[in-house]
Amino acid sequence: MAQDELLGLLGRRREGDGVKANDRRLNVRKTYKMFVGGAFVRSESGRSYPVHSPDGELLARASAGSRKDVRDAVRSARGAQPGWAARSAYNRGQILYRVAEVMDSRRSEVAEEVARAVGGHAAVSEVDAAVDRWVWYAGWCDKFPQVLGGANPVAGDYFNFTVPEPVGVVGIAAPENSPLLGLVSRLAPALVSGNAAVVLSSECFPLPSVTLAEILATGDVPPGVVNVLTGRRPAMLAALAGHGEVDCLDLTGCEQTPQSGDGPEPLVEAESLAAKSVTRVVKATTAQRLWFEPSSESPYLIGEFCEYKTVWHPKGR
Amino acid sequence: MTRIAPTSPQAPAQPKEAPAQPPAAETGAPRLPAPAPGAGAQLEFGPHSYAPAPEATDLVEIAPSYGLFIDGEFVAPRSDQTITTLNPATARPLSVVPQSGPEDVDLAVAAAGKAAVSWGRAPGKVRARYLYRIARLLQERSREFAVLETLDNGKPVKESRDVDIPLAAAHFFHHAGWADKLEYAFAGAVARPVGPVGQVIPWNFPLLMAAWKLAPALAAGNTVVLKPAETTPLSALALADVLQEADLPPGVVNIITGNGITGDALVRHQGVRKVAFTGSTVVGKSIGSALAGSGKRLTLELGGKAANIVFEDAALDQVTEGIVNGIYFNQGQVCCAGSRLLVQESVAETVVAKLRRRLDTLRVGDPLDKNTDIGAVNSAAQLSKIAELVNSGVDEGAEIYQPACDLPDIGYFFRPTLFCGVSQSHRIAREEIFGPVLSVLTFRTPDEAVEKANNTAYGLSAGIWTEKGSRILWMAERMKAGVVWANTFNRFDPASPFGGYRESGYGREGGRQGMLSYVELEPAGPAGAAPAGATA
Repeated sequence: MAQDELLGLLGRRREGDGVKANDRRLNVRKTYKMFVGGAFVRSESGRSYPVHSPDGELLARASAGSRKDVRDAVRSARGAQPGWAARSAYNRGQILYRVAEVMDSRRSEVAEEVARAVGGHAAVSEVDAAVDRWVWYAGWCDKFPQVLGGANPVAGDYFNFTVPEPVGVVGIAAPENSPLLGLVSRLAPALVSGNAAVVLSSECFPLPSVTLAEILATGDVPPGVVNVLTGRRPAMLAALAGHGEVDCLDLTGCEQTPQSGDGPEPLVEAESLAAKSVTRVVKATTAQRLWFEPSSESPYLIGEFCEYKTVWHPKGR
Repeated sequence: MTRIAPTSPQAPAQPKEAPAQPPAAETGAPRLPAPAPGAGAQLEFGPHSYAPAPEATDLVEIAPSYGLFIDGEFVAPRSDQTITTLNPATARPLSVVPQSGPEDVDLAVAAAGKAAVSWGRAPGKVRARYLYRIARLLQERSREFAVLETLDNGKPVKESRDVDIPLAAAHFFHHAGWADKLEYAFAGAVARPVGPVGQVIPWNFPLLMAAWKLAPALAAGNTVVLKPAETTPLSALALADVLQEADLPPGVVNIITGNGITGDALVRHQGVRKVAFTGSTVVGKSIGSALAGSGKRLTLELGGKAANIVFEDAALDQVTEGIVNGIYFNQGQVCCAGSRLLVQESVAETVVAKLRRRLDTLRVGDPLDKNTDIGAVNSAAQLSKIAELVNSGVDEGAEIYQPACDLPDIGYFFRPTLFCGVSQSHRIAREEIFGPVLSVLTFRTPDEAVEKANNTAYGLSAGIWTEKGSRILWMAERMKAGVVWANTFNRFDPASPFGGYRESGYGREGGRQGMLSYVELEPAGPAGAAPAGATA
């Protein structure tokens, strides 16, 4: 930020002039690391990349995640998922509500970060919408099976019911242009049923996703349930899509733009890799990508990250 | 139109008086030990003698050749290539159908595209009427369809008569009722059709799979191009006759025949907005790759290697029947077949002894005979695949048991087969055989049963046999499978969603969850769509 640079210049000048250094405060810059298995880690590759604002201003450096980071993240998600799914629906609901609480308490900070990333207008309302979205999905945890599943009236003397279950590990390519609200709109419904997630952050605007990770860590989301990777998307996406332990892939973030003739390579590659292990691919519909609208939230979206299990048992004396 | 001559009745399997001998000469496998003593009282299944009881075939008319059903009419194909469909019980030709080429696919998809607007906008009540009509017509012509299905597929007529055809009619009847109730199916959302659908179905339940595909698609307002399997096109073409009789508007359903090349052209066609496929996992993966980046919706119902898990407290005579139903139903050519028997160690010997006795009484032979339990395998290719995997089981050291029944001299028949001493690494425990071949493995604890049951890339179905209710629910929760049958197996119903986890595919067929595959859910508008009593 310009202010940072100004302070930096002031600091150097003051040193040179022999002015007391604690006259003006030199701010402590945040180091943006990735979030894997409940810990904030740098990429095993040792690489990072500069993140700029839309104005071209350097905001910070973010970790450049590698294929191995993807594998680590999937492993930690796989390990955490059964425990998350085994928690009571009431407990999961409380934890997701706690995420809303923590995000709300850091509202202005998150808004400032969103503003720096994608521009000032609507940043506060974006954070507010994200908080609302956590609250809305938190309340679904102990309700969606009643809406999506049910008892089935089959012929013969059988009791038959269908329950939605978490599909397992969900890989999420976060929406590129809505680094906070877009991500929350895809992540929250995946978590409701008990999935664990590996998130590939927006490549251009990754910083809010790292702050979101801090909020998740401060809330009571168990380690490994959400993993956030930053960096160049194509290589990480290929590793994620081709990973046999990923059960569902949300490719909303690499939705092809119909206008561009040459664009959709990463999407095609990711979908081809997913097909090799019959991994389900989901994408937000046009209405669901209106992130500020209620149309982007739906219990059926929770269902897209679920498997339906049907159980039969005969009746008898 | 020519009438088909009744197939010559096969000699029924001889009643077994002497203990059956495994055909050691064929397989070279060591013989199993005699049934365990102290197995307790046993059900008696025979010996009985059966006179041949062949179903009449004169109510079925099979044309010497067929065209394609496009835009409401049977039309001559543009392609000059053809496929001969055989009766697998005799290996003799039944008829000749077109091997549809790209031009034929174009015409069929164009017809579906043209019909999409009016069918999608037709009131649900109107669509429902057509589906009810189709259901009723199938019921009226059920015997004809049963015989036709058995002739083309090789399955025992008692199965086509009692399972395939009634269930197919039930699917149309059930989904007819969804057509005018979609606004209640998905609260808060408006369900719109997806667009023209390309559907590719397998040969194991030809008419039933056509019904599973067509009924929900049509109920939701989609138009369809359906491709039946290469070896079993006849019941789908007969269904086209039913659709005409029901006055279904032209182009709403188009049926094109052909092999995998035709299927590939169909799923890749630009005019198709959604693809539904039931078949092998290998083909499912290739369809997934073909559709990458296309934006088309896709549902897959693929292979399976289901565990059928027997605990020591289960009712073992019922279990035996359930296992037999689970793996020998439809010659084992069932994607959800219970092909891995996981039996608790303490009762393994007893269960295997009961199974062997039951296998000896299974009647293998003429599928048209109403007493036949096991008919013909669908094709020579499938027969050789089964034989190849069975040989691998013998080579890898599993103990084979086959009853010494006589097989017909002609046609594609395979003895019901039981393998003991199977380890999880054996091919017969890992690969889908799609034949009447059961692999028996054992376990000691429920945890071990869960681990072994889920130790597969597939996840379509599972069976649990125990008298303990809490254990059923505990096990059912842990099965990575879309359908769990507890103290039963191979039950199907139009109201019951069916489909797999993992490499068994995604999407469900049947019930409200099945309708999800054929609708686009749009948010209900703020006005008008709010539930009664709610404020905007």
